[in-house]
Amino acid sequence: MTIALFNPRTTFHSPALDRLQACLQSAQFPRRVVGMVRHLLIPFIAIALFLGVWGAAAKNIQTSLGELPGPGAVWQQAVSLYGEHQAERAKADQFYARQAERNAQKLAEDPDAEVRVRPYTGKPTFIDQIGTSLLTVATGFIIASLIAIPVGIVCGMSATLYTALNPLIQVFKPVSPLAWLPLVTMVVSALYVSEDPLFAKSFVTSAITVTLCCLWPTIINTTVGVSSVSKDLLNVSRVLRLGWFTKTVKIVLPSAIPLMFTGMRLSLGIGWMVLIAAEMLAQNPGLGKFVWDEFQNGSSNSLARIMVAVFAIGLVGFALDRGMLLLQRRVSWDKAAVLR
Amino acid sequence: MTYLNIDHVGITFDTDHGPLNVLDGVALKVDKGEFVSLIGHSGCGKSTVLNIVAGLLQASSGGVLLENREVNEPGPDRAVVFQNHSLLPWLSVYDNVRLAVDTVFKGSKSRQERHDWTLHNLELVHMSHALQRRPDEISGGMKQRVGIARALAMEPKVLLMDEPFGALDSLTRTHMQDSLMEIQARLNNTVIMITHDVDEAVLLSDRIVMMTNGPSATVGEVLHIDLPRPRDRLRLADNPRYNHYRAAVLKFLHERHAQPDVPVQPRSKPALKLAAG
Ligand SMILES: Nc1ncnc2c1ncn2[C@@H]1O[C@H](COP(=O)(O)OP(=O)(O)OP(=O)(O)O)[C@@H](O)[C@H]1O
Ligand SMILES: [Mg+2]
Repeated sequence: MTIALFNPRTTFHSPALDRLQACLQSAQFPRRVVGMVRHLLIPFIAIALFLGVWGAAAKNIQTSLGELPGPGAVWQQAVSLYGEHQAERAKADQFYARQAERNAQKLAEDPDAEVRVRPYTGKPTFIDQIGTSLLTVATGFIIASLIAIPVGIVCGMSATLYTALNPLIQVFKPVSPLAWLPLVTMVVSALYVSEDPLFAKSFVTSAITVTLCCLWPTIINTTVGVSSVSKDLLNVSRVLRLGWFTKTVKIVLPSAIPLMFTGMRLSLGIGWMVLIAAEMLAQNPGLGKFVWDEFQNGSSNSLARIMVAVFAIGLVGFALDRGMLLLQRRVSWDKAAVLR
Repeated sequence: MTYLNIDHVGITFDTDHGPLNVLDGVALKVDKGEFVSLIGHSGCGKSTVLNIVAGLLQASSGGVLLENREVNEPGPDRAVVFQNHSLLPWLSVYDNVRLAVDTVFKGSKSRQERHDWTLHNLELVHMSHALQRRPDEISGGMKQRVGIARALAMEPKVLLMDEPFGALDSLTRTHMQDSLMEIQARLNNTVIMITHDVDEAVLLSDRIVMMTNGPSATVGEVLHIDLPRPRDRLRLADNPRYNHYRAAVLKFLHERHAQPDVPVQPRSKPALKLAAG
């Protein structure tokens, strides 16, 4: 018997799995249990195997910072990083409590006293760094989408404009964020001068770098989506004599939405990768800086902590992609395209 | 008096291999309320004729007059039922028809009237049970019904149908033909329909226009179908006159204008471009 559970086309035989399969297909198991096994148990086995191989391999790799950490050490560091975060939070709470108390006292003594509330200035924890990175990537991505979607729409509708912009798009698309970074840093330093900046310079630099790399997939896919509206649907609009605006809103944009989302998903993925590199290089706060700092720090725990960051980066990237997918599912009419 | 006059229309396309004269001197006069079928071999230029009447293509010579006024752009007075239904996939059945109703009767009907008119037309094609379904959730025959409802809802002067049932299985097709006859009996529209199906042409039409093979295709022969309405396909099956008409069309297509030995062109579908990041 073949193992249809995995992929009906790859037919290989294994008595143990055959028995498992037969067991699953017998009437005792309702479909839901079978589904659960397929979606939980099988990935679980794969992950367990991965951890086993990793653990075994790690023991045999000696680095200047000691043994490459195995799953256990990494887990320990994850717990400890979370603990540090909790401790830091507690300290912050205490700080604010003390400050409030002091201010209350001051006011009680002299109702006209000037009360100042100072923010807590502790070291950002791992969790804070994740938050910063998320905020930065979100900012960069939203700015990029706000620019790229209209540009893509206009390029898709006007062949002339497309011909004009296409060379620029094609040349800038493959540029690595690392090449943009020095330029962006200098330009931000030169232009973003204010006494009391709303955002830190480093934040602006990273966000703009992300924007620059997020633009292209969205522009290109939106352009293709808009320009490849089915000719038959355009004929419908001509027969109905739809005005330019109605045609755009009712026919062109909806049919471009699936590709627009494809572009945005690609952009977000690229943006997240770019951000980590940018933070690392430019010493902007965030996960990239965390990794860099740990690397420079070079303690015995550093490698395990970096590994925690690697997993965090992967999980966040995965969550971002899933988030876009959910959004696409809500917004797009093309339910089949979503699964691609 | 002639309602629609296709006056010696010719068209030449510029192709990579030089100019291609597809139609030459196509002349046809259609009366109000008449049902005319266009039949001819694949690639002879039937769709091109229809698209010129619709205004989607411009004739290179000659022209089309509707009520003595020249047609030179598309408009809802010449509604088209497309071969592949062309419903907007992101709109429900109701919204697809409603979009047409809203555009055509923006000034002349109130909101409530437009709603009722949409429902009325969907009722006419027996689609009231699936108002909120999307096109990809209904069968091919149902999509074609909605396409017809959308065209009818525009209250066109001429209804143009490009192989409306070509993509359907034969059982569904007979249902759709009966539906169309029923609607035609009630509304008495002026219709030009393209078909490949000889039985369909004889059953539905007042006149069958047979086209010669391209290039430079033109009207080869016109056959008046003098059968009483309502027509019943079962009773017509052994009606000698019906069979005579069938034979006449078949002879035209397969004896006198047999398909030249070129490979039949594949039906063109809109190319799906794939985008990469
Ligand atoms: N835009 C165009 N440019 C060049 N040639 C064209 C164009 N449109 C149609 N043709 C040619 O005109 C001829 C007639 O095409 P048309 O689509 O009208 O045929 P048809 O009779 O409707 O065929 P079918 O029954 O297969 O639908 C074909 O040879 C086609 O290649
Ligand atoms: Mg055709």
